[in-house]
Amino acid sequence: MEQQLWIIPALPLAGFLVNGLLGRRLPKAAVTAVAITSVALSFLWVLKTVTGLMPLDAAYVERYFDWIRVGSLRIGCDLMMDRLTAVMVLVVTGVGLLIHIYAAGYMAHDTGYARFFAYLNLFMFFMLTLVLAANYLLMFVGWEGVGLCSYLLIGFWFLRKSATNAGNKAFIVNRVGDFGFSLAIFLLVINFNTLDFGEVFAKLSGWPVENTVGTLTLVGLLLLLGATGKSAQVPLYVWLPDAMEGPTPVSALIHAATMVTAGVYMVARTAPLYLKAPMALEMVALIGLVTAFFAATIGLVQNDIKKVFAYSTVSQLGYMFLGVGTGAFAAGIFHLVTHAFFKALLFLGAGSVIHALSGEQDLRIMGGLRKKTPWTFWTLACASVSIAGVPFTAGFFSKDEILVAAYHHAPWMYWVGTLAAGMTAFYVFRAFFLAFFGEYRGEGHPHESPAVMTLPLAALALLSLAGGFIPVPGWLEPLFGAPSAHHNPVLVAVSVSFGLAGIFLAWLFYVARPELPGALATRFSGIYRTVLNKYYVDEIYNAAIVKPVVEGSRSLLWKGIDVELIDASVNGIAARARGVGDMLRRMQSGYIRNYAAWVLLGAVVLMLAIGGTR
Amino acid sequence: MPQTIPLSWYLVLSAVLFALGAAGFVFRRNIITMFMSIELMLNAVNLTFIAFAYHLRQVDGQVFAFFVMVVAAAEAAVGLAIILTVFKNRATLQVDEIASMKN
Amino acid sequence: MDAIIFLIFAAAAVIFGINVVLRTHPVSSALALIGVMASLAVIYLLLGAPFLAAVQVLVYAGAIMVLFLFVIMLLNAGSEKKSRGAWMARLAGVPLLVALLTILSFVIFRMYPRSVGVKFGSFAAGTVERVGSALFTTYLLPFEITSLLVLIAILGAVVLGYKELD
Repeated sequence: MEQQLWIIPALPLAGFLVNGLLGRRLPKAAVTAVAITSVALSFLWVLKTVTGLMPLDAAYVERYFDWIRVGSLRIGCDLMMDRLTAVMVLVVTGVGLLIHIYAAGYMAHDTGYARFFAYLNLFMFFMLTLVLAANYLLMFVGWEGVGLCSYLLIGFWFLRKSATNAGNKAFIVNRVGDFGFSLAIFLLVINFNTLDFGEVFAKLSGWPVENTVGTLTLVGLLLLLGATGKSAQVPLYVWLPDAMEGPTPVSALIHAATMVTAGVYMVARTAPLYLKAPMALEMVALIGLVTAFFAATIGLVQNDIKKVFAYSTVSQLGYMFLGVGTGAFAAGIFHLVTHAFFKALLFLGAGSVIHALSGEQDLRIMGGLRKKTPWTFWTLACASVSIAGVPFTAGFFSKDEILVAAYHHAPWMYWVGTLAAGMTAFYVFRAFFLAFFGEYRGEGHPHESPAVMTLPLAALALLSLAGGFIPVPGWLEPLFGAPSAHHNPVLVAVSVSFGLAGIFLAWLFYVARPELPGALATRFSGIYRTVLNKYYVDEIYNAAIVKPVVEGSRSLLWKGIDVELIDASVNGIAARARGVGDMLRRMQSGYIRNYAAWVLLGAVVLMLAIGGTR
Repeated sequence: MPQTIPLSWYLVLSAVLFALGAAGFVFRRNIITMFMSIELMLNAVNLTFIAFAYHLRQVDGQVFAFFVMVVAAAEAAVGLAIILTVFKNRATLQVDEIASMKN
Repeated sequence: MDAIIFLIFAAAAVIFGINVVLRTHPVSSALALIGVMASLAVIYLLLGAPFLAAVQVLVYAGAIMVLFLFVIMLLNAGSEKKSRGAWMARLAGVPLLVALLTILSFVIFRMYPRSVGVKFGSFAAGTVERVGSALFTTYLLPFEITSLLVLIAILGAVVLGYKELD
């Protein structure tokens, strides 16, 4: 109990309570101070804990109390710290801190200021619980909690119907995934009688590697279902683009850097199980790859800057899944870290752009911001080169580790992934060029953002460029026991060239020859429109799933059962009672003598009864 | 003819009077007459009390009968006051017409 | 001797009682009721309750029935008219009453088949002193409460009657 891990999530929780209960009455400065200090202190405590526990060769667990005790099953409220957790909490609190600072500037004019920070702190609490949890159930608590906060924050501007719809969509789609997670938990309880990570993985050593669909594969697949929901993979990714309705800091923190990575973290945490269930692991990799490619194609043509980055997030998450799915768990987590840096930066930069243009988000109405918003321009440039995989940036290191691992797993995966990497470079630079180059196509007065927003941007830019040199994968590898991927310069060169080609094409289309995109769009209008409309996936889901469920609910469950069966029986009972009462009230004839006759009758009966007993 | 009457006859007399009182209550229509039937019943009960006091050689039964009389007096006073009020309102003493509690 | 007295006055009581029930005019019923009470007073004497017999005549017959007669005269109630309501009472009343009577008699004779006869003077505890002392010692509480009850009844009657005068 020396490290007092519980302080890490408790600090943001305290911030939530203060801001949530008292925030309306506190001055804005106080709210800001509470929110930011709680996260800052949490970050410092993380640093203290991690350095105190170095070298962290073994997992350090703090058990607080027994939460559930049924028979021989014991689920405790336990927190743990090992190398994987350390990486995660550092990212969550560190990037989270930067985003909190940024949000103080971005949300400065919003009426729901205190509420925003309360929700943000609550989110930090749940996310930290998720990452620090030492068993699946506590992790699930954090899992659900971040889903709740995501709903609250997506629908933050709740007076907008589109925002509340998006919040609902996020929560409901997540629920489908949570269903899978729950089933996996049940299976774990049945088969291992424990949910504690250490105990489950210890018991796993006695299980053979499954080459068919066995229990472990089932668990792995169900957990994967949960991960696809939370981390927006195919088929449950549809909520993430809509989640852009929320304020940009929310998009940066929750839908780029932290919450959506929970699925990847979960798969990495469950590595010992997945290594025994290669079919499930294969599925992870496949889904990741498909998502990476698929989302990248959609991102190519989107016109809303946040939507571009949203699809980019989906795509990059796919890369992480690809990484862990091919057994390169450390590489996947590494990409998670670097992605947190440059994606948060991209979103925050987009927020800065939107702030500069007083709310405009359409790329077609931007341009020429290079001179008007220099800080935003340079920091976004750092992010863009990082995500594109320009050599020696953070993104370059992490993405190439994944692609090399993919090649060793199955060469075709490498080619698809590299193609997607090229597309990534393209769409990011497309957005970049459209926003910052050329002539300003809009009507407003662009102005640079205040320092409170640009300083975090600068910090993240630094991390995006230099973050690749943090030896994350090397540090994590002993945990996963998987051999590191061999460095193959040829593969690296090929993927880098794809990336550079993407950048060049973007420059061609949007700087040198701006008329080309339009021409291509009309040439291939059918394909263009399909991709622009996200392949109509939302519409398909709506028709195939949502509509039948809603209609079925309405006609069968609501009208049929609820109204006609249940209501009718309840009302029927009431009507029956009324009918009986109706009959009985005839007895009240109003004539005293009738009543007297009844009394007499009663007396006679009583006498008979008493006399009979004698 | 025996020299003394067995106690049971006294009790039977009381029962008969009680039944008569009940009959009066059930069959008469005039509210005052009904009230008098109640008094008749009360008297029958008094007789029972006193008969048992004799039988058990205790004075308690008589005390009880005393109380019954007191209560009957009080009840008569209030009951007649009520009847007067009802008569003021309804202008009839036919109990069958005072049936506003019907249904 | 006791037997004859009992028989005469029992018969009187029953006949008067039937009159109470059967007479149409309320005044006749009231007078018949007074007759019942008087007969009963004699029977009380037989049963060794002289005090109560006196009280019966004084209070019951003398005060309560007079009150009844006052009210009857005040309301100027005439003879009863036929009515059509409450037929159920009359229908069920006869069998019920017969049943009541038979059951009671049955029970009585079961309990006391050939009991001790009633002899005038054999029970000497019905004197004023004995009843009085019982009232003021064992039954003091009920005594006080009944006096309260009478007070309340007076108040109630006054209140009810008071409205009338307005």
